[in-house]
Amino acid sequence: MTIKEIFDTMDYGPAPESASEALQWLSDRGGIAGHYINGKWGPLRDDFPSNNPATSEKLAGVTKGTAEEIDTAVQAARKAQPAWAKSGHKRARVLYAIARGMQKHSRLLAVMETLDNGKPIRESRDIDVPLAIRHFYHHAGFAQLMRTELPDREPLGVCGQIIPWNFPLLMLAWKIAPALAMGNTVVLKPAEYTSLSAMVFAEICTEAGVPPGVVNIVTGDGETGAALVSAEVDKIAFTGSTEVGRKIREATAGSGKALSLELGGKSPYIVFDDADMDSAVEGLVDAIWFNQGQVCCAGSRLLVQEGISERFYTKLKTRMDGLRIGDPLDKCIDVGAIVDPVQLDQISKMVSANSEGETYQTKAPKGCFYPPTLITGLSPASTLMQEEIFGPVLVATTFRTPSEAVEIANNTRYGLAASVWSENINLALDIAPKLAAGIVWVNGTNMMDAAAGFGGVRESGFGREGGWEGLSGYTKPKTTAKPLKKIDAYTTEDGHPADPLDRTAKLYIGGKQARPDGGYSKPVYSPKGKLLGHASVANRKDLRNAVEAMNGAKGWSKSTGHLRAQILYYIAENLSARTEELAKRIKDLTGKSGQDEVEHCIRTLFTFAAWADKYDGQVHGVPIRGVALAMKEPIGNMAVFCDDGWPLLGMISPMAAAMAMGNRVTLVASDPFPLMVAELYQILETSDVPAGVANILTGDHAELAPHAAGHMDIDAVWSFSGADISGVIEKASAGNLKRTWVNHGKQIEPSARDMLAAATEVKNIWIPYGE
Amino acid sequence: MLAPQEATLQTTASPTMTTTQLPQVQEQRNDGVPLDLDWVMAAQANTSAIERRAKTLPGRRSVKKDYQAAWLCKAISLMDLTTLSGDDSEGRVRRLCAKARQPVAQPILETLGMEGLTTGAICVYHDMVPTAVDALAGSGIRVAAVSTGFPAGLSPFHLRIAEIKESVKAGAEEIDIVISRRHVLTGNWQALYDEMKEMREACGDAHVKAILATGELGTLRNVARASLVCMMAGADFIKTSTGKEPVNATLPVTLTMIRAIRDYQDRTGIKVGYKPAGGISKAKDALVYLSMIKDELGDRWLQPDLFRFGASSLLGDIERQLEHHVTGAYSASWRHAIG
Repeated sequence: MTIKEIFDTMDYGPAPESASEALQWLSDRGGIAGHYINGKWGPLRDDFPSNNPATSEKLAGVTKGTAEEIDTAVQAARKAQPAWAKSGHKRARVLYAIARGMQKHSRLLAVMETLDNGKPIRESRDIDVPLAIRHFYHHAGFAQLMRTELPDREPLGVCGQIIPWNFPLLMLAWKIAPALAMGNTVVLKPAEYTSLSAMVFAEICTEAGVPPGVVNIVTGDGETGAALVSAEVDKIAFTGSTEVGRKIREATAGSGKALSLELGGKSPYIVFDDADMDSAVEGLVDAIWFNQGQVCCAGSRLLVQEGISERFYTKLKTRMDGLRIGDPLDKCIDVGAIVDPVQLDQISKMVSANSEGETYQTKAPKGCFYPPTLITGLSPASTLMQEEIFGPVLVATTFRTPSEAVEIANNTRYGLAASVWSENINLALDIAPKLAAGIVWVNGTNMMDAAAGFGGVRESGFGREGGWEGLSGYTKPKTTAKPLKKIDAYTTEDGHPADPLDRTAKLYIGGKQARPDGGYSKPVYSPKGKLLGHASVANRKDLRNAVEAMNGAKGWSKSTGHLRAQILYYIAENLSARTEELAKRIKDLTGKSGQDEVEHCIRTLFTFAAWADKYDGQVHGVPIRGVALAMKEPIGNMAVFCDDGWPLLGMISPMAAAMAMGNRVTLVASDPFPLMVAELYQILETSDVPAGVANILTGDHAELAPHAAGHMDIDAVWSFSGADISGVIEKASAGNLKRTWVNHGKQIEPSARDMLAAATEVKNIWIPYGE
Repeated sequence: MLAPQEATLQTTASPTMTTTQLPQVQEQRNDGVPLDLDWVMAAQANTSAIERRAKTLPGRRSVKKDYQAAWLCKAISLMDLTTLSGDDSEGRVRRLCAKARQPVAQPILETLGMEGLTTGAICVYHDMVPTAVDALAGSGIRVAAVSTGFPAGLSPFHLRIAEIKESVKAGAEEIDIVISRRHVLTGNWQALYDEMKEMREACGDAHVKAILATGELGTLRNVARASLVCMMAGADFIKTSTGKEPVNATLPVTLTMIRAIRDYQDRTGIKVGYKPAGGISKAKDALVYLSMIKDELGDRWLQPDLFRFGASSLLGDIERQLEHHVTGAYSASWRHAIG
């Protein structure tokens, strides 16, 4: 076209970023992506190709890592770890050097990322790469501060990290930076489709003076990943699909490996009728058409208030028409290529299988591209409203009231992120805490930063990446846990009662004493063989009833910390009044003086009562004009298998921690010494504890554990039990990916802070402001 | 009821004519609508979100090589070349008019194939209107006069109306009025509407651009609401600034105003023009503005009857860029004729 013709059409024209430097970089290195182990390259094999999805041309061959190669990498990491853990300041210097190195090679990283993944160069250049660099800068700071600010924490050791293809470099940074900062060494496996930016990163590590073995990269596919999961590592950090996350949860169950999972999502994007509609429409461009919608926290579920829905959809369609889709290396492109034909096929199939609502699609070029798509008129029951599509497809429905918006928003198995659009601060700040999500953006979307934790609830996984809250995933308390000795219940050949007046210990469910569903009881004997009484044998139906009771007590989670503190103090007061009696009962059961245990219970109740209104959240220093509020929220329904050795304290301690943070809890009392339940529920009954907030069962831990861990409406299971149930709990927890905290057969003595952290989820609420 | 009435394109106007025949009145003129306060008060503008969009736009849109040259020529054709100084004289205005006729050195235009390119209009104070009309006779370049007690707009109302009429009588085809900022700041939308309506009437056939002086309106929400009220009262263009406020045209303000224009068109079918003024001095900025207009309002707005840059120093930078495009060597300002 002549200039005159362009003057008349005012087309954008091509604005290509050159790929030649990146392609040259690859060819200079033999055109093969492979392992970087112990600071050295290799072996390098062309086991499968890495293609440019925009052109389907082969970019490089990729080495498929074997189990032996994984082991070699893990050994290198193991060997390098103690020295690496020594000096936080030295680590800070290295992390800073990595950040600087990435800055120097930023364009190479960006172009490589776009070539390999198909995302628009605008995004890799302006978002992925700068955020990745920011992560290393930020965590250089955490390395520096670890000694003084986290004096009670130490590194986990060797971390195995498996990352997805949607943000290859950014996810690498999110994994490696905190692990290294806290003194761990890593073995990272990039995604099968996208290994190339990790190669550039490895070279930057060498240049930055990362000691050999501290960062190891093993390329490969799912099998390589599985080998890493089963290798001798201390932690697995995984970002990817919920399906694979579930498998990893099962595979690591009982191994003692720490685990963090950042999985799928179907994040709601809620537009109220007083929102700035044009800005909310523009927000959707960043929510669902960013990275072709291949974003775990994509705002993929649009909920619009009914009265404005038609106007909103009209504006949205107009905006969609303006999206430019095509060559990802073009600087003027909004939507690039789908990562791989397999993924494209999956998106196409899901959308074409849908027959509900109305579908609006723009045009896409031939090849591995999918057009921006809007499907309106769906209902929560529609498959596409529930299933993650992981493509540029937005599904929409309407709501009438704020509470209905929350109800629809939370009607999902996922809980990663959410957006709320309203110009009414009261409304927005009321809705944000009510959403089941790890991240909420008020009048914004897809805002991320190294200073704020990222991660979800429910089946979106657990653990946080970024911020102070992200560091706990790469550290552990500095304690050496001793093996736990199994305590057996006393038996007898005598069978005569110690006290002829029978005392029946029932279960305590929903504020009422309840007989066990099964109708069985178990005798409990003193060390001297006298019959002390009978404990109810709870079964899975009693557990189910306890969960129903917990669900009936949701108001507790909204109560104030002050009120919860008052009730915990009141329990302590009533416990104190019965000290002599409780101590005697403990002595009857265990043969040891109960005085100390009762005192300890009162102290523990005071501790958690004290914390109830003091375990504050944070305001993170994120780079926006606004705040990111890291709010500590209760996890929800909890089940705890109590410490066998402490008949009363074993119940009081987790109960107080859970209740203090606003959780509802079901305790399964000490297996050998279950009879303290009767005393405890009498105290709870007189201490104004609302019905259902604390429920107590007695019964066989091993029998109840899989049911508790498998219950879809329990959000966390803790076990301090002497029974060998840690593996069972972790495995069964894969069902709804609930949080687990188990002892793996060790006597763990958590600090109050450890318990509080385990009893809460951090939700980051981003609130940009400005008028 | 105002139905959208797309006027038929003038079949006689060849594409080349659009560079010199400005503006072609192809759209139905905005006669305004009754003041609708529900609509006005429902207008929202989320500053942070608007700023984010404005901030990322330059990274999302890129125009290179021939396309860039063409776009820069377009920017010239959309320019209200402006002089609004207390020391303006007849000679100064004639010089500026000569520059408007020949905004870029002829050899460069010939290489680009853009002979005949002129600016959209000249913008001057009332006293300079006769000179400008005379200097531009036969060029097709329109003369715009700032009016109504520019820049503060605080002279007696009847004099402001009289000033409009004088300028129209003197040959100005476009009148850039300033609104009473206090009406916006006190939420007196009725007063703003009445004032604007009367000014529009005083303009007669001359087109009226309503200068909102956005730098003095306090919030983007006020900008959005004032934009709507002025359009309802019949403004042909809404314009950001006088160039005399501490903050003049910005991308967030632009986004707010053009979204109001889009909203007005959605509801009435009428297209209203937009003019950012003040502070746009780089060729690159002009490209960003054009891409914002293209993306948010559409290509139709990239014509002088619906878009203008109010600028005095922008042209100089564009000339340098165009020479660079033609020669491949970076240019110097003294190589280009001053206005």
